[in-house]
Amino acid sequence: MSWAFLRDLLSGVNKYSTGIGRIWVAVVFMFRLLVYVAAAENIWKHEHDEFECNIKQPGCENVCFDHFFPVSHIRLWALQLIMVSTPSLLVVFHVAYRENREKHHNQKLYRNPGKIDGGLLCTYLISLILKTGLEIVFLVLFYKLYNGFKIPRLVKCDIKPCPNTVDCYISKPTEKMIFLYFLVATSCLCIVLNLSELSYLIFKYSIKCYLKRHMKKQQ
Amino acid sequence: MDWGTLQAVLGGVNKHSTSIGKIWLTVLFIFRIMILVVAAERVWGDEQQDFVCNTLQPGCRNVCYDHFFPISHIRLWALQLIFVSTPALLVAMHVAYTRHEKKRRFRNGEKIDIEELKNEKIHIRGPLWWTYTSSIFFRIIFEAVFMYVFYYMYDGYQMPRLVKCDAWPCPNTVDCFVSRPTEKTTFTIFMLAVSGICMMLNLAELCYLVIKICMKECRKTT
Repeated sequence: MSWAFLRDLLSGVNKYSTGIGRIWVAVVFMFRLLVYVAAAENIWKHEHDEFECNIKQPGCENVCFDHFFPVSHIRLWALQLIMVSTPSLLVVFHVAYRENREKHHNQKLYRNPGKIDGGLLCTYLISLILKTGLEIVFLVLFYKLYNGFKIPRLVKCDIKPCPNTVDCYISKPTEKMIFLYFLVATSCLCIVLNLSELSYLIFKYSIKCYLKRHMKKQQ
Repeated sequence: MDWGTLQAVLGGVNKHSTSIGKIWLTVLFIFRIMILVVAAERVWGDEQQDFVCNTLQPGCRNVCYDHFFPISHIRLWALQLIFVSTPALLVAMHVAYTRHEKKRRFRNGEKIDIEELKNEKIHIRGPLWWTYTSSIFFRIIFEAVFMYVFYYMYDGYQMPRLVKCDAWPCPNTVDCFVSRPTEKTTFTIFMLAVSGICMMLNLAELCYLVIKICMKECRKTT
């Protein structure tokens, strides 16, 4: 039970997505999940052990680390991946509900339970809005927690029990910063994909509605 | 044998659950088990190693760590998830027993609706209703018990940065520093919130089942 579960979940969602939705799933798999598991996790593995302060006072390093990293970047990244993938489940639930209804009434109620129309369109749009919202929330959280997306080499700490202002050195700051920028870039790409999909669906169904009404008026 | 086994077992129970039960299962898998495995275990990974005490006395750090963390949060969560998932097995066993009985009666020559036997969904009525409702009741009890155990053992849900320890062999009162207290507090509150949501879902499912059966009884009598 690990990221494979999320991968299976998203593969299931893929069936009911539009073309842009499938590109989104591919971006999340390749550029976010795979990069996280294969590269990013190892960079942050020993962040606490390799965080060194210029002091022998016991407890000073612990306290300074906790002050400068309230929640680790890698944990926020993992939470972001999980939260951003979850709204797609709404669509899966809705399709399952439609199929259940058809079984219950023993007749064909929908032309195709997996086709994005009517109520399923609303659910799909809501899931897109939620995905985009959560991406933005996490980006803002990253920005606010760490004063931007920069990781300094040196931080100055003067919290008890550190006796004075102490120099503390963060491990692999450049590598962490590169991956952080990568995370921001892929998040922005996913936001752009979600917004394009949203606009595409709204545009497509508005045109459909307009044409239907136009045909009715002509008749 | 790992969390995947639990996933396989509970996945089987999913077919016979109500819609709220299916939502509960999803929340359990994604927001509890997955978060535990991919994030929380890493946060608590170095908890003893990075538990630092302001003393050179050998053994003092060990004794203080053991005094303040009798059972690690991670282990308590793992136990909580196992206990909370187990009542669903009652339902799985009951369904298996019902199917077994039907097959036995079919083999003995009784006329059984083959369609229903082949059809995998078994409706929640009669004795199965009681089993299902008891399983939800036990789930709620286990959740509440574990939430209380956490509160009682750790004096609330906040992880302190500094603990003062004077257990033997520490010479005097010694300052000990916990590693990553803020991150641990964040995850503790997150897991608490999700436990609360799961409890609400279970209560809602319980009310739904009770109301459904009451309405059925009312329709029968009128």
